[in-house]
Amino acid sequence: MSVNMFSQRAVQTSMRRLATIRPTNSSMRILSPAAIATGQIRTAEEPYQDREQEHALTLLPLRLAATSPTSTSLPVSSEEANKLLASQRKNRPVSPHLGIYRPQVTWIPSAMNRVTGSILSGGLYIFGFAYLVAPAFGWHLESATMAATVAAWPVAAKVATKFLIAWPFTFHSFNGLRHLTWDLGAVLTNKQVIVTGWTVIALSFVTALGLTFY
Amino acid sequence: MASLRSATRLAAPARSLFRPAVRSYATIGGEMSRGATPSRPVISEKDTSTIKEPEPEKDSKIKTFHIYRWNPDEPASKPKMQTYTLDLNKTGPMMLDALIRIKNEVDPTLTFRRSCREGICGSCAMNIDGVNTLACLCRIPTETTKESRIYPLPHTYVVKDLVPDLTHFYKQYKSIKPYLQRDTKPGDGRENRQTPEERKKLDGLYECILCACCSTSCPSYWWNSEQYLGPAILLQSYRWLADSRDERKAERKEALENGMSLYRCHTILNCSRTCPKGLNPAKAIAEIKKSMALGS
Repeated sequence: MSVNMFSQRAVQTSMRRLATIRPTNSSMRILSPAAIATGQIRTAEEPYQDREQEHALTLLPLRLAATSPTSTSLPVSSEEANKLLASQRKNRPVSPHLGIYRPQVTWIPSAMNRVTGSILSGGLYIFGFAYLVAPAFGWHLESATMAATVAAWPVAAKVATKFLIAWPFTFHSFNGLRHLTWDLGAVLTNKQVIVTGWTVIALSFVTALGLTFY
Repeated sequence: MASLRSATRLAAPARSLFRPAVRSYATIGGEMSRGATPSRPVISEKDTSTIKEPEPEKDSKIKTFHIYRWNPDEPASKPKMQTYTLDLNKTGPMMLDALIRIKNEVDPTLTFRRSCREGICGSCAMNIDGVNTLACLCRIPTETTKESRIYPLPHTYVVKDLVPDLTHFYKQYKSIKPYLQRDTKPGDGRENRQTPEERKKLDGLYECILCACCSTSCPSYWWNSEQYLGPAILLQSYRWLADSRDERKAERKEALENGMSLYRCHTILNCSRTCPKGLNPAKAIAEIKKSMALGS
């Protein structure tokens, strides 16, 4: 580690940068070698289509010549700066969330817990209300009538319907037990959560199949 | 090393020639803000260009990184996924090494926060391959067939590229009064003493570096961040509730006694799963809920 090594490296990098300069690039002609050596410009690669704008950002003396409509650099008072900051904040995008987060045994079953809960309670309310108003509309929602209707269905439809009602019920029940345990402040380590999560999923499918076929 | 430092100091004045003397801000043109809504779809990596490793070699292990880009200087443009390829043989083992290498050698406009590079400052928190973590503690998966995707912390306002706006997060931290509150003087007039057992209760709480990984992994916090405090802040809230020396516990609990601050936690448990420091915010929140319910 010496001055010698540093200067060697500086020379090497600036040579490398100079070697790759595009002759067609007009703004390059008026650059001092110092600017190249101190790394004020990038020439090794051409990652941006908008070359003009990149230079406007890195080279202040060239700012006046640069024609970038979006970024102008002027000294501003703190009041103006705050106003600008506020207007910039209005334009900030929200970073992606649900779509990019890795599916994990924590949040997917949690979402399913809410969905199954809504299906079960919603289903109960809808059926209960329909049963209540059935006589007024002449509907037949008595157990005997419904059993006879379902009996006439093909086997596949019977199995599918039974499973689609059984699985939300079993999943929500077992996951509910998990939630009650958590509210006691227990079984909350990462490993326990993963193990109990997969156990509940497996158990819910097994018992739902059991309810479907027996 | 000392001589090298002085050499760089000599070179420094040359740099200031190119820097604006007064801090400047990019302005937003009137026509640019048209059609710019906060939640914009991201242009996928298929529709954007790939920036290649500077000089690939024959036996190089080329890994592809897709990185979220958004530039406040072009406020109306959509965020996009920029693709970079790097040779893992020439890159350090951690994601932060890859980001720094991209910035140094490939694309100096890539913007991200970093400081300590050893998981104690919390600056480089971001979403890497779908999980929130610190880039400096996250190894680059060495199988080159798998492409890595890097996003800013989920559901945050983006300042630029991978830099999220955490102003609200810090305001929420301030709101829980994260300091010792006492009304009485210590018994010996000098120190507020604790038994080793009482001190032990703070283990797993005081280590939090407020990187916001847990809070921004919480779907409940995504939808209710205005009012719900989120796992990180609630862990800190519990840190003061669990402190034997604090004398304003009733007041602290009173502040949480509403539908939003605490009870938006639905034990989804993404927080504990993602914490890069191995802490357990979910457990802390469960303890707060328990103590509020039991009135202890």
